[in-house]
Amino acid sequence: MADGIRDKVAILGMGCTKFGERWDCSGEDLMVESFLECLADAGIEKKEIQAAYLGVHIDEVNVGKAGTPLGSALKLPFIPITRTENFCATATEAFRAACYAVAAGAYDIVLALGVEKLKDTGYGGLPGGAAFGTEMFMRGSNATAPGLFAQLATAYSAKYDIPMSKIKDAIAHISAKSHYNGSLNPKAHLRKAVPEEAIKAAPMIAYPLGLFDCCGVSDGSAAAIVTTPEIAKSLKRNQDLIKVKALQISVSSGEEEIYTKWDGAHFATTRVAATKAYKEAGITNPREEVSMMEVHDCFSITEFVTMEDVHISPKGGAYEDVMSGFYDLNGQVPCQVDGGLKCFGHPIGASGLRMIYAMYEQLLERVPDERKVKNARFGLTHNLGGTPAKNVAAISIIGRD
Amino acid sequence: MAGIVAYGGYVPRYRLNRGLVYGAMGWMNPANITNARGEKAVANFDEDSITMAVAAGIDALKGMDRNTVGGVYFASTSMPYKERLNAGIITAALGLNDQIRAADFSGGIKAGTTALLAALEGVAAKGVDNVLVTASDARLGKPASPQEMIFGDAAASLLVGSENVIAEFKGSFSTTYDFVDHYRGENAKYDRQWEDRWIRDVGFAQLVPEAVNGLLEKYGLAMTDFNKVVYPCHYGAARKGLNKKFGITPEMEQSNLQVEIGETGTPHSLVMFVKALEDAKPGDKILLVSFGSGCDALYFEVTENITKLAPRAAISGSLANRADLDNYTKYLIWRDIMPGDAGLRSEEDLWTRWSQLWRKRREVLGLWGTKCQACGTIQYPKQRICVNPDCGVPDKMDEYCFSDKVGKIASYTGDNLAASVNPPAIYGQVIFEEGGKYMFDFTDCDLDSLATGMPVVMSFRRKYTDKHRDIAGYFWKAVPKKEEA
Repeated sequence: MADGIRDKVAILGMGCTKFGERWDCSGEDLMVESFLECLADAGIEKKEIQAAYLGVHIDEVNVGKAGTPLGSALKLPFIPITRTENFCATATEAFRAACYAVAAGAYDIVLALGVEKLKDTGYGGLPGGAAFGTEMFMRGSNATAPGLFAQLATAYSAKYDIPMSKIKDAIAHISAKSHYNGSLNPKAHLRKAVPEEAIKAAPMIAYPLGLFDCCGVSDGSAAAIVTTPEIAKSLKRNQDLIKVKALQISVSSGEEEIYTKWDGAHFATTRVAATKAYKEAGITNPREEVSMMEVHDCFSITEFVTMEDVHISPKGGAYEDVMSGFYDLNGQVPCQVDGGLKCFGHPIGASGLRMIYAMYEQLLERVPDERKVKNARFGLTHNLGGTPAKNVAAISIIGRD
Repeated sequence: MAGIVAYGGYVPRYRLNRGLVYGAMGWMNPANITNARGEKAVANFDEDSITMAVAAGIDALKGMDRNTVGGVYFASTSMPYKERLNAGIITAALGLNDQIRAADFSGGIKAGTTALLAALEGVAAKGVDNVLVTASDARLGKPASPQEMIFGDAAASLLVGSENVIAEFKGSFSTTYDFVDHYRGENAKYDRQWEDRWIRDVGFAQLVPEAVNGLLEKYGLAMTDFNKVVYPCHYGAARKGLNKKFGITPEMEQSNLQVEIGETGTPHSLVMFVKALEDAKPGDKILLVSFGSGCDALYFEVTENITKLAPRAAISGSLANRADLDNYTKYLIWRDIMPGDAGLRSEEDLWTRWSQLWRKRREVLGLWGTKCQACGTIQYPKQRICVNPDCGVPDKMDEYCFSDKVGKIASYTGDNLAASVNPPAIYGQVIFEEGGKYMFDFTDCDLDSLATGMPVVMSFRRKYTDKHRDIAGYFWKAVPKKEEA
C-alpha cells in the first residue's frame, strides 16, 4: 500500500536567480545561474547528478522543448533528462519527478530545474497561443489570464454576498503585503513597497483587478538537488535536514468548466490537493501547524480565495483573516514571505521551485531577521496553473524535523 | 398557395448620428450637410452581413420547427466570402438540416427581392418548401462621401412556404438593366456612384414607374387597390414625385426608414416590407418594389394567419434596442477604414484549420452540445463521457442546441489586456436555464450594465478576422436579454 512521499527525500541544495526583466540574459544564462548556486549549496560535483528534470512551460518564446536545453546549457554528460510541463505547476512537477525518482530508489542524486525566459514577447502579460488546444481559436473567449481570474471576484461577491468594495479592500491589502515583503528581498523582481490607496487607484486591467493586482511577468530560474535523507545527513552533518513532507497535484476533471455545480468562487483542485497534502504530511490542523506559505498569487484575488482553499481561512472568511493581518509577515501564517509571484516574479516554469526555495531558506534560517519567520517548521507551497475553470493545482510541504 | 409564412428583422444596436459624421468630415464635403439628418444603424465591430442575416433569420424562425426549413437563400452585396457558400454558414448557424438547398444571391441590390421571387416560385412549383430568404448588407462609403451618410446596416428575413401563409404572393413583374448608379469592382472596399441627379431622374423616376406600371397592367390593378406601397428611394424629391405620380397617399407610403436606419442596400426593400407586415391587417394588399440594376415588383395579400404569428422583434423591436455610437473614429476602426493599433498581442497568428472546423462545425457554427441519455445532464461542447461526476457514462449522448437557450451570467469581467477594437473585452461564464455552462464573449453591452444573475441570449458573431489569409471566423457570443415587449 502506497504511503506517500513523507520523509523519503531530502533537499541537498537549492539555487534561484534574481527574478525580473533580465534583458541581458538568455534562458541558458538563467539555467546556469540557478544551477551553479544550487550545486555549490549541495556541495557536490556535477558528475554526481544521475538524472535531471527540466521544467519549462511556454513554447512560443523561451528555450524550446524536451530535455535538451538543460543538457546543453549545463553540459550534463548524457544523463537522463526529462522535460515536465503542467502549466504553472511545471517546476513543482520537475521537483516532484526528481523526488519520486529518488524515493523509488532509481537514483541517489537528482536535479530539478525550472526556467522561463518570458521577456522576449514584446508585450506585457503572457503570450497567447494554443494553451487549451487550437480548437479554442474557434470557440474560446477573447480572454487573458487577468480576465479569467478576475471573475473569481464577481462570483465570490455573488456567492458570499460580500460587496465588491470589500473585496477590493482585501485584495489591495494582499498586494500591499507582498510589495512590502518583496521590498526586503534582493532577488525579487519588484522591490518597492506600495500603499493600499495607490493599489486601489491603479489603472484597471480586468475588472476588478488593477495593475497592482497582477503579478510580475519575469525571467528567472530556480533549481533543487534532492537525495535520500541518509545521503543528505552524511553530506550535511552540521545542518538541519530539510525533508519533503508532501507533494500533491490535482487536475480539473472538466466539471468546473462545463458542469453547473462549481460556483466559480473557489479552486476545486486546490481544495483536493491541500486535503491530500495535509494527510500525507501528517498535518491535522493546518491553521495551527503550517508555519508559512508561498501560494500562487498570480492575481491578488487568486491568493484571496486560495486562503480558503488551502483550508486555513474558513469558507467565506478570507476577508477577515486578510484584513486582520493574519497572513502578513508578522502574522500567524505569513504568506508570500519572499514577495510572492506578485513581487518576486513569475517566470512560469521556475515558480514552483522558487517557492520551495523561499521555504527552504526560511527553514534553514538563512534570511535576515527583518524577513525571517520565527520557529518555522512546515512550509507550504502552492501552484495554480491554467484558469479557474480548468487548471492544475500543486501543493508541496517541506519541513524541518 | 405560396407566400410569406413568417418575417424577421434585425437592426444593429449601434446608431451613428449623421451630425457626428458631418462634424468630423463635413470640412471635406460641406454639401453633405443635406444628408446630415437623423442617424444610421451601424454593425458592431463583430457584425457583418452574415451575422446580421443570422439574427434576422433567428427572428423569422421564432416559434417554428427548424427541421421544416427546406432552403436558405442569402442576398447581399457585402458577403464575407467570394468562394465558400455564405448561405452555408448561415444554414449551419441556424441549426438547420444539412440536406437542404442554399444559395447566395448577389451582384445588384435588387438581389433581395430576386431571392424572394426564387423562393416564392420554387414553393409554388412545389420544388421546395419553407425557404428562408435572408438579406443583409453592410456597405461602406468613403469618409466624407454621401454614401457614408446615406447607407445603414440591417437585415430582413422572410420564411416562404405553402402552409400557414400570412401574406399570399399574387404576382410579380421584373426588369433588368445595366444601370450603373452604384458599383463596386472585384477589389473595392467602398461604394462608388454616378451623379445623383442622373440616378434620381433616370433611375428612380423612370425605372421604378416602368416596373410598377408593368405589374399593374399585367394583373389589371390600380394603385388604389393597395393599402401599402413599399419602394426604396432615399432622394426626398424623387419620392415626393413618385408618390404624386402614382397617387400614393401618406397612409399608403411605407417609410424608407432613412432617418432611423439608412439605405441598407440589398435588404432595404425587404426591411421596409417587414415593417409594413408588422402593421398589416388581414386583407391588406401590399406592393413591394426593389431597385438596383433594374427592379422587381411583387404584390401580396395579407391573410388571417397574420394575427396568429408569434411575437418577434422584427424591425420595430430591433430599432427600439439602440445605443449611440458616440465616437466617429471608433466607427472608422471597427470598419477597418482607419488603421488602429490594438497592440502586439493582436498580431498573434490565429490559424484557421478547415479540417478541424469541419469536425467541429456543429459545435462552433451551430452551438450544438450534448445531453446525456443516462442522467439528462446538458453540456457544451459535445462530450463523449458525461461530465456529471455521479454519472460519467460514455457515448450515450443526444445532440442539444444551445443557440436558442437563455442563460444567466455567473461571473464576468472587462479585460483591458485582451486585444480588441472595442475594449475592454467583456466575457464571463454563462449558466443556461436548462443546464450547461460555458465561458462566452459578451457583446452589445457595457461593463457597467452587467451583473451576476442577469439573463443573456446567444448571438452569432464574427469572432476573428484573419487579414493575412482573408478569413472571417464565426462563433456565438452572449448578449443581455431584452425585456419582452
